Formats: sequence, structure tokens, C-alpha cells
Amino acid sequence: MDNTLSHKQHAQIQAHIQAHQHVPGGLMPLLHAIQDDIGYVPETVYPEIAKALALSVAEVHGVVSFYHHFRTHPIGKHVLQICRAESCQSMGSANLEADLKAKLGVDYHQTTADGNVTLLPVYCLGNCGCSPAVMLDDEVYGRMSAEKVADLITEVCHG
Amino acid sequence: MVKIYVPIDSTALSLGAERTAKKIMQEAQARGIEITLVRNGSRGLFWLEPLVEVETAQGRVAFGPVQPSDVAGLFDAEFTQAQADQAKAHPLYLGLTDELAWLKKQQRLTFARVGITDPLSLEDYLAHDGYQGLKNALAMSGTDIVKAVTDSGLRGRGGAAFPTGIKWNTVLNAPAEQKYVVCNADEGDSGTYSDRMIMEDDPFVLIEGMTIAGIAVGATQGYIYLRSEYPHALKTLNEAIRKANLAGYLGDNIQGSGHTFHLEVRRAAGAYVCGEETSLLESLEGKRGLVRFKPPLPAIEGLFGKPTIVNNVISLATVPIILDKGAQYYADYGMGRSRGTLPIQLAGNLKQTGLVELAFGATLRELLYDYGGGSASGRPIRAVQVGGPLGAYLPESQFDTPLDYEAFTKIWAVLGHGGIVAFDDSVDMAKMARYAFEFCAVESCGKCTPCRIGSTRGVEVMDKIVLGKNHPQNVQLLRDLSDTMLNGSLCALGGMTPYPVLSALNHFPEDFGLSNKEAAA
Repeated sequence: MDNTLSHKQHAQIQAHIQAHQHVPGGLMPLLHAIQDDIGYVPETVYPEIAKALALSVAEVHGVVSFYHHFRTHPIGKHVLQICRAESCQSMGSANLEADLKAKLGVDYHQTTADGNVTLLPVYCLGNCGCSPAVMLDDEVYGRMSAEKVADLITEVCHG
Repeated sequence: MVKIYVPIDSTALSLGAERTAKKIMQEAQARGIEITLVRNGSRGLFWLEPLVEVETAQGRVAFGPVQPSDVAGLFDAEFTQAQADQAKAHPLYLGLTDELAWLKKQQRLTFARVGITDPLSLEDYLAHDGYQGLKNALAMSGTDIVKAVTDSGLRGRGGAAFPTGIKWNTVLNAPAEQKYVVCNADEGDSGTYSDRMIMEDDPFVLIEGMTIAGIAVGATQGYIYLRSEYPHALKTLNEAIRKANLAGYLGDNIQGSGHTFHLEVRRAAGAYVCGEETSLLESLEGKRGLVRFKPPLPAIEGLFGKPTIVNNVISLATVPIILDKGAQYYADYGMGRSRGTLPIQLAGNLKQTGLVELAFGATLRELLYDYGGGSASGRPIRAVQVGGPLGAYLPESQFDTPLDYEAFTKIWAVLGHGGIVAFDDSVDMAKMARYAFEFCAVESCGKCTPCRIGSTRGVEVMDKIVLGKNHPQNVQLLRDLSDTMLNGSLCALGGMTPYPVLSALNHFPEDFGLSNKEAAA
């Protein structure tokens, strides 16, 4: 996957940096804005972020790396998160995890060979009344089985 | 024109409510039937979602669970005239929603409007007693508002159960140019979703609660620190805040009172530890979510070093009804020192999951069997975890414990945020103990040694115990390690991981390869 930024992406990042420069505690919203647009937070822009927010590059790196949500490399077109928390475990999520990993041919934090789906673990989606739950991009799905998730992937990611 | 309700709550959506709503619109159009489709919150009966309601002269009539494939049949049965004989004979007909036993037995105070109104309709909110609390608060002094919250007996619903009024009083009496109100909406505990429901299904009640908090203590800026796993809540809150600003319920000179309160949602980024209030404040300041030493308390030196109220969503969303109906009204519910109601969340392996708001004092057994209907799998319920991943596992012999903060403390358990996760007899409690350490290792902020190192050592010791290596010594080591984490950790993450671990060991020793006698030793 290509890790270099296009002119457009760089301009987007610049605009976000400017917009968040004077926001109190602006680093988190800035990182979100960048990841929302670009799909990840490129390490190459740490120096610009650091300069604009009067931080050290190490501080920016420290924040990005602390939070599970932020990533520093491009990922697949779609993100599939499987809930690993207790409620989902009580409804057989361990099997769901194993089946899906086998079906997709990837482990957590990996992307399918076609670049379509990145598999991530998540600790609770707040859908504990309908376990096991998964989240595909921004939508939550409840009472899932490996077959149902496979159908979802076909519908959403190949549709 | 008949009004039809299809929930827009995440759980309903996760079961297909969006497609059901679309199908209803299409079918109505095709048949030339005029309907108004309202997207309400969820009533919290998740085994019946998507729950579709039809307004009638007698009240709202429920049908559920309604899949898109059921919609044509419902129209054939003339369900838009829900009290017609044909509609009543439909297999998905449930009768008047308010008469459903699950709802009728509840005491919904914080959740009074949830599932009833359109979450983003300010008109709906006002028509259902919304902003009555603020109206009263605007006529009171800050001291009197704080007194009302104190007198209501409200305690932090996030899990710590600290009296809300006392926290507010500290902020009220801390002199400062700038103060803040921060809502902890980083609901990361497995088995909990009441915060999410409030934010998605009745966002104005949270906004009203925070506004009252701001006016009470003289804080002009509020932040909602929202977990990134809740994209629907984010959208709903931002839209509700926009509407509240437009209508003069937020911003400068609120309702002509001269009071100012600005509110902003900030997204978290998937760190469980940021549910701890000082870690949350660090994160809001744009830093790594490292837990702070206390003192100083956030009420004195909180966000950006200023006096700050940090309260959970449910605590803040309960403030409006206290200010509306009075402290005594709220305090009249409950038992002992646990006053008012608790929104309980039934989760995991249960037939009937969902939201049950009750006065403190109901027993676990009532919730698991009367409301929950027993396990979903049909097997016996063997263990129940209450209060999230840092809560103790309770065996059947403790199911008669009333839901009350002190009663739970007595049996070395926590009520936490009111989440109840049931497991059937296929659960391996040694695995759950190992998982508790694993989770702590993934989520530790790394500041204190017992949590940072102890969690990883815990996983290793558990692996040895499961393999039966040097068994008695390793069980002793597990207890020693738990003791260190319990007493030496900086915050509840490391400090409470021993709750699930030791409760699993003590109540289910056979899963650790021990007899009861060995476990007691």
C-alpha cells in the first residue's frame, strides 16, 4: 500500500493543523481529523504538527502511539472490528474470532490480500445486549455468526 | 395520518431497524397509505428489536421483532390500524407498549423519555417535561442547586459511587476565573450501554444536566469525552448541541438568564484507561492518557489545572429530574445509602436482554430470571459479572444479593455502572481470569508498576496454573500478585483487576484445578 501523501492529502492535513492550532487540547481532535480524511496519521507530518502546536515530535509520537484508535499506516478499504469483551465471550465470540480469521486468511491488525478488509479487535461496542457484536466501518451488527459476517462483507465491501 | 415508530438506537440498527424502516416507507407508499415515520430511541427490550410501534387512540401498540420480510404481512393485517382484530391476530402483535410487563414493572426516572420521543426533536423533549429542571435551576442560587443534588443522594453512576453533590460543592467553593464540566462518556465496560442509550436516544437530557451543573458551580465550558466506538452517539450529540444552541439552551445568556454555558464533544481514541477521570483529563488536554496522582482532586485542579466537575453520563442525565421533581422525590426511591434508581443493563447469555431502570434493592435473581428470562442458551447460568471487566464474578449462591452499593461491597463485589453479564455453564472461569489480566495488560497506561508489570505476569501465572505447573506455588503467587496490584496500583484498572481474578478463583476453584478445600487454604 502506498505510503506517500498526495498533494491533496497534504493540503488537507495543513488545513486541519491550522484549524486546530489554537484549540485547547487540540492534538486529539487534530489527529482524529487527519485520520478521518487520510485513513491514518502519517509519521512524516509529526514535525509539522509538533511545530504548530508547540510540542516536541516525541510528544506527538507519544500521543499517537498511546491510543489504540490511531494508526500510522494505511489500512484496507473497510475496517472490521470484532468485540473481544466479556459479554461477547459469553455468547461465543472466541469461535467467531477464530472462524473469521480463518475465513479472511488474516490475523488481527492485518489486511486481506485484496486490500479490502482490515481486521481489528475491539473491547466493547456497547451492543452487549446482542452479543456477539462486530462493527464494519461505522455500523454495528448484533447476534453475529461467521456466516452472517461473511455475508455482510460481501454486501458492504463487494457490493 | 398514522404515526409509526421505528427505533434509531444502535442496538436496534444492529438488528436491522434501518432496513425495516425503509421497507415500511416503501410498502406504505406502494399501498397509498399515508404514514408519519418517527425514528425514536429504543424502549430497551432488545429481544424484540426492531420494535415497531403504531400510535392509536388507546396508546402506542407494539409489534416485534419486525424484520423487513415481515413488513408486507403486517400491512396485509392492517397493522396501521393496530387495534383492528386482524392486526391483533398477527403473530408479532405485542399489545400496548406501556402494558408490556418488562416496562410496566420498571421505575424509569433517568430513562423517562427514552424510546418514547424522537431523540433530536427539541419540541418532543419540551413536551415531555424537558428543560423543567433547568427552568427551576435558573431561579435558584448555585448553592441551592448543589444542595438539591446532595439531598437527592445521587452517587456517581460511572462506578465509583461518590456522592455527586459533594463533588459539585468542592468545585462551587473553589475560586477560579474558569471552571469546567466534563462528562465522562468513555463507557468502555463490557455489559454496559446505558450511557450510549442516553446519548443516542435522549441527548437533550444530558445537555440539560451539564448546563445545570455549569450554572450551579459557575463553569462556562463543558466537554463530553465520548468513546470513538460510538459514531452514532457522536452524530446525535453534535446535532442536539447545535439545536440547543439555536434555541438558546446553550451558549451565551441561556434563556435570557445571563448565564453562559458552551458545550463541545471530544472524541476519545480507544483507550479504556481514559474512563478513569484523571486519565480522561490528560487526554482532553491532548496528552497520553496517563493517570494522575491524587490529590490534587480534579474538583480543585482538573482540566487545564482548573476546578472541574467530572461526572458520568447517567449521573449528569439524572440531574434534570432531580431539579424538576425535587431532591426528595428522587431520594424516596432506593435502599440504604443507595438512593434513587439504577439503569441496569442486562447483557451476555440471557434470553431477554435490555435496559431495566429500577430503584436500588432488586436482587440479581429477579433481574436474571424475571427480566432476563434465564440464559439464552437454555443451560444453567453459572456465573455473572457485574460492573464491567473490573467487577467480580458471582456464583449462583450470591444471586439473592440486592443491587445496592453497600450490599455488593460486603460480598467483595462492585455494582459499578450497573452492567450485568451472564455466563452459562460452558464458561471456563480460569480463562476469564486470564482474560482479565490480558485486558489489563492491553489497557494499562503504564504509569504504575503493579499494573504495567503485574498484568503481564498475571497472564503468565494463569497459563502455568492452567497447565498444572507447580500448582500450589503458582496459586499462591497469583494471590500475592493480586494483593500487590490491589494495594499498590495508582487507579482502578490495576487496582480492581484482582476482583474478577480472585472471585473466579474463590468461587470456581474447580476451573483452576483445585478442590474447594485447597482454594480456601
